[in-house]
Amino acid sequence: MRPTTAPSEAELDSRKIVGINKETVTDVTSTDFPGHYPGEDNSWDINTFSSGFNVQFHQNEQFEASFSLIGIDASLANAFRRILISEIPTLAIETVFIENNTSVIQDEVLAHRLGLIPFKGGKEGLLDFLKWWRKPEPGADQYSTTFDFNTVSLELNVECTKNPAADPDVESDPAKLYHHANVYAKDIVFTPEGRQSQYFDGDKAIAPVNPDILIAKLRPGQEIRLSMHMHKGVGSDHAKFSPVATASYRLMPTIDIVKPILGADADKFARCFAPGVVAVETVTREDAARDDAYEGHVGERKAVVKDPMRDTVSRECLRHKEFDGKVKLGRRRDHFIFAIESTGQWDSDELFLESVKTLKLKCKRLEKQVVNMVR
Amino acid sequence: MSREAYQVPSTSGGAYTGSGAPGARDLSLSEGPLMQYICSDCAVKMSLRKNDPIRCKECGGRVLYKERTKRMVQFEAR
Repeated sequence: MRPTTAPSEAELDSRKIVGINKETVTDVTSTDFPGHYPGEDNSWDINTFSSGFNVQFHQNEQFEASFSLIGIDASLANAFRRILISEIPTLAIETVFIENNTSVIQDEVLAHRLGLIPFKGGKEGLLDFLKWWRKPEPGADQYSTTFDFNTVSLELNVECTKNPAADPDVESDPAKLYHHANVYAKDIVFTPEGRQSQYFDGDKAIAPVNPDILIAKLRPGQEIRLSMHMHKGVGSDHAKFSPVATASYRLMPTIDIVKPILGADADKFARCFAPGVVAVETVTREDAARDDAYEGHVGERKAVVKDPMRDTVSRECLRHKEFDGKVKLGRRRDHFIFAIESTGQWDSDELFLESVKTLKLKCKRLEKQVVNMVR
Repeated sequence: MSREAYQVPSTSGGAYTGSGAPGARDLSLSEGPLMQYICSDCAVKMSLRKNDPIRCKECGGRVLYKERTKRMVQFEAR
């Protein structure tokens, strides 16, 4: 066996780059595993990982977060993304008991629409108090497993009537001509049962996140009368339980200007990218002294990369002859820019921590199984 | 006459006989349960028997809806 060697820093950096060419994408798979490079020990090590790993937040609002995970493998980043979408539990409408529905929207469509409405409520109640609901045994009573700690009931009772104050000759807006011409999510009433009134009172009540979601439209004489049961569930069961509207990542783009792009070409080059990615500056004396390529061009305009993160990697610059061989596009394989948009039940930054927690729990469970297997 | 010529249904067939058999109609009036219908045009509620003409008593509309069940209907929100 050859002795363990250490590759140079530049070599290590270049290994992390996915090449993006005019029509091809190269080096998509990671190579930092044992046996790939002769004489190098690339086995996974917790110390190497933690010294190289880094998290940077770009945006952290209540329902929208964007951050970078740097120095992590795609397998882990993808695991977090998948857990975010399908394994973090939320509360959603699961059964609809329709007493009367004379609106034009069919019962089953109405039930489906109701199921997709995201709800919010007190965190303590949602996370600690509410437990999983399980289906009763076959033959048992339908409600034998339904308790205040696993079911939240809601009601929706609306009837459309004519508005006597509105003149039908002048007014043409149904919302003004009739009372309750539009049924909105805010018309849903939460009916606390048992201990729910402790956990979900005041502003902690179960309520739709977006009160103005249109559920149905009514005309005078039509009514909707129904009650609903909400249960906890996960996104792998049904998308309505998914706590995120989107949870996605992209790799950090890299733009490498190999040879100087000067003069009018610089402006054209900047226009090839999204605004703010490439800037045009003047060549200074220091530039000329530092880099031979800029010699004799002091005072001319040059293209510089300002913010590659905003690049959409459209590859537009590769289509033009004048930039041939002057620019290299790529992506950093270990730099994941996550974007998490919560549907409202969770805060977006909580969601990521919850996904880490879930993965940790799964690993512990696996560890136990492996230990049992060896025994 | 072709053999597909229309034949007035007999009273035992149960269909509306119109003015064909006035005697039989009188008999059917007291027969069968009273069903509630809703006119599609004027939304008026009315009750009809088996052999009554399918026609709204208010506006003459010929499209009638059956009333929705009074029972609760359960759906999965999926």
